[in-house]
Amino acid sequence: MLDADFFRRWMAATAASVDREADRLTALDSAIGDADHGSNMQRGFTAVMAALEKETPGTPGAVLTLAGRLLISTVGGASGPLYGTLLRRTGKALGDAAEVSEEQLADALRAGVDGVMALGKATPGDKTMIDALVPAVDALGDGFAAARSAAEEGAVATTPLQARKGRASYLGERSIGHQDPGATSSALLIAALGAAAGGEARGE
Amino acid sequence: MSDEKLVGIVLVSHSAAVAASVAELAKGLAGGAEAVPVAAAGGTEGGDLGTSAELISAAAAAADRGVGVAVLMDLGSAVLTVKALLAEGDELPDGARLVDAPFVEGAIAAVVTAATGADLDAVEAAAAEAYGYRKG
Repeated sequence: MLDADFFRRWMAATAASVDREADRLTALDSAIGDADHGSNMQRGFTAVMAALEKETPGTPGAVLTLAGRLLISTVGGASGPLYGTLLRRTGKALGDAAEVSEEQLADALRAGVDGVMALGKATPGDKTMIDALVPAVDALGDGFAAARSAAEEGAVATTPLQARKGRASYLGERSIGHQDPGATSSALLIAALGAAAGGEARGE
Repeated sequence: MSDEKLVGIVLVSHSAAVAASVAELAKGLAGGAEAVPVAAAGGTEGGDLGTSAELISAAAAAADRGVGVAVLMDLGSAVLTVKALLAEGDELPDGARLVDAPFVEGAIAAVVTAATGADLDAVEAAAAEAYGYRKG
């Protein structure tokens, strides 16, 4: 079972990988966006970690809804409301339970991804974060490692796609040949699940 | 000036200068609009181009007279942030509503209509109708 500590570790592992990969995310975003994805995500997850240390929410759902609220209010770009909605919807779907199963997390994450699709009106193949998140959620039943592989493959598979959503869509065919920054950061978020679970194993 | 409560208008742009200027333009073009609460939420708190949920929430609170707030946005993250804040349920005043309208023309129509004491539905309809003004 996954408790609030697991979800804190998930956010911490995401914050660490966003820090590590910030330059790469910004470089990807400079090719087809406005070159701020890395720094925006860093600002957001730095604020998330500060809030989690201060407020220490006691349930998995509360950790994610707090994180989502912080992302909406601090990121400053479209990834704020999109990632914020993803985590808030996932957190709300987890309810007030003190511990949740991996199956419950998979179901809740699917609700979160549905929320992102509704907000951004994106569907798979539009060259967005959805292209990493949907395969990851589909693979989550086979474990965190499978979800990570699916998300990373989904992110790489955005390279030949033409963007149909967001600022990159203004580039038309010139968006082809570049990996989507949002799908790339989504793969970091999913990969961090495995890191959080690994931390649990080491802690016991 | 009557004590009639007027619908508030919030103008959200990636640029502080654009939001403030459109607010000034709309109030300037609408006769008798001095009483309309118009609040601009442009750019980030740090003064850069972008969208700030905090500035949007503050502007909506400032424009709220208890009879509804029409929120107009430019594009992209401004739209997504307003939608996410509305979905939150508690970050914006009751009666705040995303108004799908062209930013400049919609703002003018919204302020003109709000100045008449019209309700939020009428303000929204007038702003949205601005999509129909053809220029050629």
